[in-house]
Amino acid sequence: MNPVKAYQLRLRRKRFLLRAWRKRKQLLGLSDKTKSIAPDDILLFSTVRNERVRLPFFLKYYRDMGINHFIIVDNESDDGTPDFLADQSDVSVWSAKGSYKRSRFGVDWLLWLQKKYAHGHWTLVVDADEFLVYPFCDTRPIQALTDWLDASSIRSFGTLVLDMYPKGTVGQTAYQPDQSPFEILQWFDTGNYTISKNSLYGNLWIQGGPRARVFFSDEPALAPALNKIPLVKWNRRYAYASSTHMLLPRGLNLVYDQWGGEKTSGCLLHAKFLDDFIDKAAEELERKEHYAASREYQGYAENLQKPPEIWCDQSEKYANWRQLEVLGLMSKGNWA
Amino acid sequence: MTVGVIMLVHTAFDRAEQIARHWANQDCPVAIHVDSAVAQPDFDRLQRALDDLPNVTMFQKFRCEWGTWGLVAAGQMAGQILLDRYPDLGHVLLSSGSCLPLRPVSEFRDYLSKHPTTDFIESASVEDVPWTMGGLHKERFTLYFPFSWKQQRWIFDRAVQLQRRLGIKRKTPSDLVLHLGSQWWCLTAKTLSNILHDDQRAGYDRYFSKTWIPDESYFQTLVRKHSKTIESRSLTLSKFDFQGKPHIFYDDHLPLLRRSDCFIARKIWPAADRLYREFLAPPSEFTRRSDPMPQKIDRVFEKAVVRRTRGRPGLRMQSRFPIRGRENGVTSDKYYVFQGFDSVITNFDQWLTSATGLSPHGHLFHPDRVEFQGQQKVFAGGLSDNVKIRDYASEDFLINLIWNTRGQHQAFKFGPEDQQHVTELMARDQNAHISVISGAWAVDLLNSDQDFSTIRAKAALLQKTERAFLDRLRHPDTRATYRIWSLAEFTSAPLDCLRIILDENAKMPSRPVLESPKLADLSQLGAFLQKLKNDGMHPYLMGDFPLNDLPRRRYVNPPRSASGQR
Repeated sequence: MNPVKAYQLRLRRKRFLLRAWRKRKQLLGLSDKTKSIAPDDILLFSTVRNERVRLPFFLKYYRDMGINHFIIVDNESDDGTPDFLADQSDVSVWSAKGSYKRSRFGVDWLLWLQKKYAHGHWTLVVDADEFLVYPFCDTRPIQALTDWLDASSIRSFGTLVLDMYPKGTVGQTAYQPDQSPFEILQWFDTGNYTISKNSLYGNLWIQGGPRARVFFSDEPALAPALNKIPLVKWNRRYAYASSTHMLLPRGLNLVYDQWGGEKTSGCLLHAKFLDDFIDKAAEELERKEHYAASREYQGYAENLQKPPEIWCDQSEKYANWRQLEVLGLMSKGNWA
Repeated sequence: MTVGVIMLVHTAFDRAEQIARHWANQDCPVAIHVDSAVAQPDFDRLQRALDDLPNVTMFQKFRCEWGTWGLVAAGQMAGQILLDRYPDLGHVLLSSGSCLPLRPVSEFRDYLSKHPTTDFIESASVEDVPWTMGGLHKERFTLYFPFSWKQQRWIFDRAVQLQRRLGIKRKTPSDLVLHLGSQWWCLTAKTLSNILHDDQRAGYDRYFSKTWIPDESYFQTLVRKHSKTIESRSLTLSKFDFQGKPHIFYDDHLPLLRRSDCFIARKIWPAADRLYREFLAPPSEFTRRSDPMPQKIDRVFEKAVVRRTRGRPGLRMQSRFPIRGRENGVTSDKYYVFQGFDSVITNFDQWLTSATGLSPHGHLFHPDRVEFQGQQKVFAGGLSDNVKIRDYASEDFLINLIWNTRGQHQAFKFGPEDQQHVTELMARDQNAHISVISGAWAVDLLNSDQDFSTIRAKAALLQKTERAFLDRLRHPDTRATYRIWSLAEFTSAPLDCLRIILDENAKMPSRPVLESPKLADLSQLGAFLQKLKNDGMHPYLMGDFPLNDLPRRRYVNPPRSASGQR
């Protein structure tokens, strides 16, 4: 890469870190248990807003996976989310007053906390509706994966966001706290994803899936990005550049092989289409706090006069990670 | 006769303690070398933990970094300790802290006592094996390696380059033939003693201490000098990935490890509680006498290597995005593309299905619609019939279509009136089987009721577009299988041409042809083409059609008995 561009990216990374430093003032510690973080702990970072209903299962899912400590930023919830989180022994909570959008969709807040607490740790950055699936996740804890990544000198782990949806109209079945969202959202699209490469950052840009098929058929170019790199051996000099879609330094984005082979990768099962989807979409549309003036939510809104049905007769019912690996939606790569 | 165990340890001390205890409790003396980089408190803790076992010796002396001499020196010293203290040892096993015995110690001992003079060590002549590491093979023995490959890669590489340029070539001791192999061996006490007491040892040590990864060559070479019976295989099951890094075993490998019948496996993930629990449990009454069969589990790990290096053909995903030319298969399965056939043969779909069993799509790349078979709105994998979605990434559309239906061959119609973005991809795809009747679009225009100037413009455009596609197919880079007939050629012997398609695509499921192709009425075509010519638009892709085309008429609707004949 030419040195001018490389230097530009370096400056950009510094700017992200500077932003995070400035935005630290918006953060207010509600429950800081970070003293209990041990050197080899795997940390989960997330920004949430009104996720009280989803959080019990979310925490259980990731505790079972082997996450040792949760660091969560609450952005002005009014449903009791912060109190619920503060009661958990392995969750540190900050509240953030301010614009989700102007904090680069929560990235700035998290970046500051990552810089402070995550240096040298494996960190998983996910939303409250994203559930990581990696090869052998039913038999091996996430430490097995991170140990193996360490032994292989790999610093970052790539995933595809797999939108899960119900059969029938969205919201038909009510979600209960503690319930796995995937008892309701059992279905996904197996093979309609498009990929291109971002030549500046070096990451892949993946679009498609049911959101492109149903909500963005008029403007597929605007369909949301489905590539995420949520698991990184964090260093205080690193920065997420756009949500968890891409990172700087750009070497961290090379989670794919270009010579024909498959690297090890996973999926983020996306539990977006639960019964609160329509209310959330309406609210977000009003707040205009999401990416590109909530264009994604505008895409939904046109269809939201009546609850959409995403399911079609080509939909596939989710079974386990092995099914996703056979379908080519993730790969064991070299990990056996 | 018993077996002495050398353990080289640098991490996961709890597990090391557990394994040492396992051996020691069953009368196998253990000598543990702890990497000198390990902090004193950790060493002390391990020593205290093993205090109660009189037959465990611990010492900490050498820096055991991967690829360096320290590993050999530690093994030598530990071996000497065992030989000195336990003169009646039968064999000595070299193992690491992450090795796990898979079978009861008694079985291991029985097996060794049945082979009292055999040295189990993988040892292959450097001349005859292609085992390179970091791009180095024989140079591992002819250059100097003062820098660490793991910690100081840059200067390591520069040092290699410099020595290559200077033409440095160290001499191997003349009485040795260099051999390589797995560093985990099990030698008879006699052979080990002979190696350690070789009167040339100082010279050998000096030589090997400056080679690279000597733990894979020192004992493997010297054993050739001292051993009478070499069994060139390791009793320690150890699988390596494409970078020469050992695979790690987890709890879910339990059945696999059991089936292998190997005595020892490495590396075990330190947190694999179930493996440690199951394999270190007191042996049951039932004993096995079978020999180790590591090949039983080879397949799993070989597949991992292929997946990591070659991947699945025709797959593009978040962790596989090959640059052009490295796809190892642009698409995942064969597919058939027919251009012009539906213009010339009025019942082409039925004919193809009856002849081959393939049910073709329509024009998948039609500018106004996606013609999936049966007019499906959504096809396999969730592919939408939305034109905008298709055109947003039409190459991905085709790659996905083939991937989603792998195992069942797809066929679709194509033509110059369709979106042409995928032509480049199809041309360089060896899975594409493309058959073209060039100029067949003229038949559609002939039957069109639009006014002549529109038709003329359209003809010019279609001819230009088709010409570009044909040129691309005829380019030397093309890997697709293709066949091009002009309309005139095809209509002069349609059954022969169709027969060729069926025969060439040997894998195309062929059946007795039940349906005969019905050709479109071409009687007016000669005149139509002449009219275009007269207007200055020169149609040439269809070949020559005389104004009067009576002779060809007998090929329209040929009798069924004539199929396959001229």
